[in-house]
Amino acid sequence: MRVYKADVVIVGAGGAGLRAAIAAAEANPSQTVALLSKVYPMRSHTVAAEGGSAGVVQAHDSLEHHFNDTVSGGDWLCEQDVVDYFVGECTNEMVQLEHWGCPWSRKEDGHINVRPFGGMKIERTWFAADKTGFHILHTLFQTSIKYPSIRRFDEYFMLDLIVADGRVQGVLAIEIASGEFILIEAGAVVMATGGAGRVFRENTNGGIVTGDGMAVAYRHGVPLRDMEFVQYHPTCMPGTGLLFTEACRGEGGFLLNKEGYRYLQDYGLGPCSDKPRNKAMELGPRDRLSQAFWHEMQKNRTIDGRYGAVVHLYLCHLGAKVLHERLPQICELAREFMGVDPVTDPIPVRPAVHYTMGGIPVDIHCAAPLAGLFAAGECSSVGIHGANRLGSNSLAELSVFGKVAGESATHFARSTPPHDSAALLKLAEAAALPAQQLRAQAGSERVADIRREMAMTMEEGCGIYRLHDSMQATCDKLAELKIRFQQVHIEDKSTVWNSEWLLAIELGYQLDVAEAIAHSALHRRESRGAHQRLDGFEERDDVNFLKHSLAHYQGGAAPTMTYGDVKITRSPPRVRAYGAAGEAAELQEKET
Amino acid sequence: MSEASIKVSVLRYRPEQDQQPVWQDYSVPYTDDLSLLTALNYIKDELDGTLSFRWSCRQAICGSCGMMVDGKPQLACKTFLRDYPSGVKVEALAHFPIERDLVVVMDSFIEKLESVKPYLIPKDARALEQGEYLQTPAEMDVYSQFAGCINCMLCYAACPQVGLNPDFIGPGAIALLQRYNLDSRDGGADVRKALINSEVGVFNCTAVGYCSEVCPKMVDPANAVNINKMASAKDFFFRFLPINDKEGCK
Repeated sequence: MRVYKADVVIVGAGGAGLRAAIAAAEANPSQTVALLSKVYPMRSHTVAAEGGSAGVVQAHDSLEHHFNDTVSGGDWLCEQDVVDYFVGECTNEMVQLEHWGCPWSRKEDGHINVRPFGGMKIERTWFAADKTGFHILHTLFQTSIKYPSIRRFDEYFMLDLIVADGRVQGVLAIEIASGEFILIEAGAVVMATGGAGRVFRENTNGGIVTGDGMAVAYRHGVPLRDMEFVQYHPTCMPGTGLLFTEACRGEGGFLLNKEGYRYLQDYGLGPCSDKPRNKAMELGPRDRLSQAFWHEMQKNRTIDGRYGAVVHLYLCHLGAKVLHERLPQICELAREFMGVDPVTDPIPVRPAVHYTMGGIPVDIHCAAPLAGLFAAGECSSVGIHGANRLGSNSLAELSVFGKVAGESATHFARSTPPHDSAALLKLAEAAALPAQQLRAQAGSERVADIRREMAMTMEEGCGIYRLHDSMQATCDKLAELKIRFQQVHIEDKSTVWNSEWLLAIELGYQLDVAEAIAHSALHRRESRGAHQRLDGFEERDDVNFLKHSLAHYQGGAAPTMTYGDVKITRSPPRVRAYGAAGEAAELQEKET
Repeated sequence: MSEASIKVSVLRYRPEQDQQPVWQDYSVPYTDDLSLLTALNYIKDELDGTLSFRWSCRQAICGSCGMMVDGKPQLACKTFLRDYPSGVKVEALAHFPIERDLVVVMDSFIEKLESVKPYLIPKDARALEQGEYLQTPAEMDVYSQFAGCINCMLCYAACPQVGLNPDFIGPGAIALLQRYNLDSRDGGADVRKALINSEVGVFNCTAVGYCSEVCPKMVDPANAVNINKMASAKDFFFRFLPINDKEGCK
């Protein structure tokens, strides 16, 4: 087995991983930072983020507003001290990206421009047309090239963490091009592996978004936090699930049902107005909009489409100039993938799984409850999203906490004693065995069958609205699939670029993460944010469930659940209201 | 009635068993919205798990799934098989060594990309507390097109000169270099000049323009190369005039 000695190893080279690598390289230029990813950095899924990234800039805005929007948007399941730190750092990070060359869209006077976004009281979403994630990712990747201490391992697949003496001391990986195993020794490891949206059938995510880091940490005893909170984005392409950014509505787009009616006014988001109003109608939060779609479908007011019910995302009134300047990628996607020109016709859309709010629990320093392990970005649960993430908070999160994770890991690695390399190598060789056996094994089950059944059952049991019986059925189905997975057959026995083998390992990760999601959902007997039940638990229950859920891995058996406190500093839970009701509640708040 | 299907022929190469690449045909159920990427995933999932190819985002932004489609470099995710009613032939991107099947060795491309110093070399240093650099929409327009490159390498597969001289840094990397040189915040053009004027630089280009034709993001790398050619020619001329050459003034 090859061995490489680093000080810090970062797993994942998307926005969070790259930001962490740069922070680590700047914190200690003499250390070695290994940046490992199963894809080349610019392929990471950050690339697909469209709408923008939050950071308070306007005189009539404030950190307090951003804090309140985020905490209420998360239905009070946020760590409020962490949210405070987050909103305080966002703008600095956006400026930092600008100084590194990020082509933020500008106003005529040369200052950066901001756009409205769902659930945000004041416009504070920095954007680069509708390719914000693409530009942030490429800016970070290209900037990372400046730092000689960052040693990239492109197309290396993470297989395991190497844990000795109760502390993470390295990463075991497979070089995809050769099939060789490599042990990267390090004093600290940062997980930045992104979300797990591919465990669901219809989703906006790239094929690589398979929850690898979550699963690997979970298997080492790190509980996964708040996994039941899975975000459905309300405006996605039927069939493929590809995303039409919330910025479509930020720029003034409407959602219409089959009668051409702006149905959101029927779901506590009105009143209706021609110009978009912040925190109302189409600029409500994603959970509420996806739920409204579900109700419209029950009322038979959606439109029948080839891939299920749809509503219309209407942008025609914005005009060709605005659409081509502000939403060029949306126009391209609609035209090329659906044959729809948004300038002249509405885009048929439906909700699809988009984002994993939960993940590896970390503190404000991005430290996980396993010594030497840090996490940032979508794979982590640092506590800013609560039960529902607001659009434009995730790009800001990966910048703010990517930096924190890189600095924290550097600091930690500096204080660790030297490795017992021989002992680590032994552990790594043992950890490589199951993967070698998996490739060699002749079984009766097919990877694609298990993956498809997993995705179907997740959609059935853990969709926009949830019922005990269907969640239980999903838990049972996942247990069955995990047993069948033991018999999976790998046709490809080769070593060079054996993607069938890697897909099987990913499927193993996905099954564990799916199980954490389903059991966390089953045991949360209330409705909050993106977790909505229709079986007697329709209300938020702050007495029993103002708690973070923690799913603990139990090997072949179902995960066990425990619950942790939520940090409330100055915003006690209130009624979560939008539209006119939200404005009235805010006024009342001021008066009392 | 039998289900409609379409033939997808793939040039296979598995270095551990194949002496040379071989064609293999697959029959894939057809719908009028079937993309080549969806077809390849169908093959992978249902017909032949040993076929390897890169892909991720499915929406022409991650740049993973470039390949030769009936001899033309394209992204599989936005190639629709309705445009190939009699079937389609798929190969790994031209001008790159094949690692396996549709996967090419990308190392040379990454090295070229890194070699152009593709990061902002600030004209004027600025502290975070000073806020953002000012840049008007007009100033952005000057370079924004070149900032749209997704590194999919289709232009390398299209460029006859990359085929002839593998060291030529090529259209994509030159577009990226141009993206920073044209940025009003950047002062690094002089540092990048040496590379562009060197024997691996712009003068390899014979202005075929196919790179821009195949670009899926309308980046127009040919234009970037030509701007650099003019700049390079000027440099060549002006270096005889000490007033324009700081080195010469010493």
